[in-house]
Amino acid sequence: MSDIRKELKYLSSHEWARVEEDGTVTIGITDHAQEALGDVVFVETPEVGSRVSVGEEAGVVESVKAASDIYSLVSGEVVAVNEALADAPETVNSSPYDDGWFFRVKPDDLAELEEALDAHDYREIIESEE
Amino acid sequence: MGFKTALYNTHQAMGGKLVDFGGWDMPLHYGSQIEEHNYVRQASGMFDVSHMTVVDVKGQDAKAYLQYLLANDVTKIEAVPGKALYSGMLNPEGGVIDDLIVYNMPQDASGAWFRTVVNCGTREKDLAWMNKIAADFKVELIERDDLAMIAIQGPKAINLTKTVVSTNRAEVIDSLKIFQGLPEGEWFIARTGYTGEDGLEIMLPNTEAEAFWKALHTAGVAACGLAARDTLRLEAGMNLYGHEMDDNVSPLAANMGWTVAWAPAERNFIGRSAIEAEKNAGPAFKLVGLVLRERGVMRAEQLVSVDGSEQKGVITSGTFSPTLGYSIALARVPVSIGKQCHVEMRGKHVLVDVVAPNFVRNGKPLI
Repeated sequence: MSDIRKELKYLSSHEWARVEEDGTVTIGITDHAQEALGDVVFVETPEVGSRVSVGEEAGVVESVKAASDIYSLVSGEVVAVNEALADAPETVNSSPYDDGWFFRVKPDDLAELEEALDAHDYREIIESEE
Repeated sequence: MGFKTALYNTHQAMGGKLVDFGGWDMPLHYGSQIEEHNYVRQASGMFDVSHMTVVDVKGQDAKAYLQYLLANDVTKIEAVPGKALYSGMLNPEGGVIDDLIVYNMPQDASGAWFRTVVNCGTREKDLAWMNKIAADFKVELIERDDLAMIAIQGPKAINLTKTVVSTNRAEVIDSLKIFQGLPEGEWFIARTGYTGEDGLEIMLPNTEAEAFWKALHTAGVAACGLAARDTLRLEAGMNLYGHEMDDNVSPLAANMGWTVAWAPAERNFIGRSAIEAEKNAGPAFKLVGLVLRERGVMRAEQLVSVDGSEQKGVITSGTFSPTLGYSIALARVPVSIGKQCHVEMRGKHVLVDVVAPNFVRNGKPLI
C-alpha cells in the first residue's frame, strides 16, 4: 500500500506539494510514483532562479524502466533544488516525501494549490489505477 | 490472471512484484532491480525462467529435421553430448520466427535426440511452425511443461549451487564445459545463461522447484526478477526476441550472422535463399551498440540519424547500465554508420558513441 500523507497536496500525475513555514512550496513525486517507476537513475530539476508554471513541464525523472515529466503544483520562481539527487537519485525511491524532494518554488499565488488534489482524492485516483 | 510457474507462491511470499510477462505472472523485482543486477555481476543471483518453452525433439529424423528447421547446423554439436547451440528459426522470407538454444542430448533408447528452449511470448506460433515442418519428418515433438527452470548466474553461482545439490549433481556441474548441459536423474543441468556471467540453468520437475529455490536462497543466492535479467542481457549484448529481431528482421541485421551455418552449401534450411541473396547483395542494416555518457536514458523505438544516410536507424533496446553508470542501447542502423550518431530523445537530437554490441562480460566493462 502506497504511503499518502494527509498534509500534502497532489496532482493526478503523481507530484506532491508541501507549503513550508516561509511560504515557499516544495515539490516532489509520490511514493506511488517512485514505486511504479522503479529504480530512479537520473533527475533533471529546473534551475534556481528560473520560473515554473502550472501545467508546464518543470523537470524529468528517469528510472531504469521509463522517463516521466515532472509538473509543479504552483507557478513561481524556483528558489532551491535538491542537488543531492544528482549523485544519489535513489533517494527518490527511499524517501520520496522527505530527502527525495525535487525543487522549491516561491509561489506567485498560493491559492493555486486549492486546485490540487487532497490526500483523499489522490488515494481514490491511484486506487482506480490499480 | 495469467499462467503461474511452480514458484509463483514463493515469489509472492518473498515480496516479488509480480507483473504480466507474455501471459505469465512473473516477478519483475523484489525491491530494487539495480541491487539485483549488481548482485549477479558481483556474487550470484537466481531467476525463475520456467515460463520459457522446452520442446524435446525425438525420432529417427530428429537431426535432419533440425538441420532444415534452423539456420545454425546441429552437426556442429553432435560430437559432444550435451553441447548447446544458439540458432535462429527463420521463415521462408528470412525473418526470425524465434531464437532458441538446442542441446544435443545424450542418446537414449530412442536414439539421438535434442532439447530446444524457445521463448515464452512466441510459444504458440513456434509450436505451430515446428509441428507444421515436422509433418514431413519422422519426429516427435514433446513439450516439457512438467519442468521448471531456474537460472543461477554470477561469479559465485556455480560454487553456491554445488553446496545444495547431491554429490552426483555436483559432479555433473564440475564436468560441464561452458555451453554444455547434461541430465542427472530427472534434472537437466546446463552451464548456460543470459547475463554475460558464468552460471547454470537447471531444469527440474515442477514439484522440486520450490525446495531447490529456497535452498539456493538460504545458501546466499539472491532472488532476482526479470527487470534485472533484461539489464544484464543488454549489458552482455544479447538479443531479446521482439526487440533486436522478429518475423520481419533478418538475422544479418541482428548481429546473428555468426549463428548462420552457410557451409555445407548443399544444406537447405528454411530462409536460406532469402538471406543468402541479402548477404550477396550486402545487408543494408546492422546491429550496433550505442553509449550515452551524460544524463539521460536511451529507450527502445527512438530513432537514430546517421550521417550520409537518408534511412533512419532505430533503438531496439535501451536502458541505464547499472555496471557502467550511464545509458547503453542496441540499435539497428544503416551499415554506413560511423563512430557517432544522433538519437532522437524526447524532442532533442543527442550525439552518442557507436560501439560493438556488447558492453560488459564477466563483471568487467568492455568499453
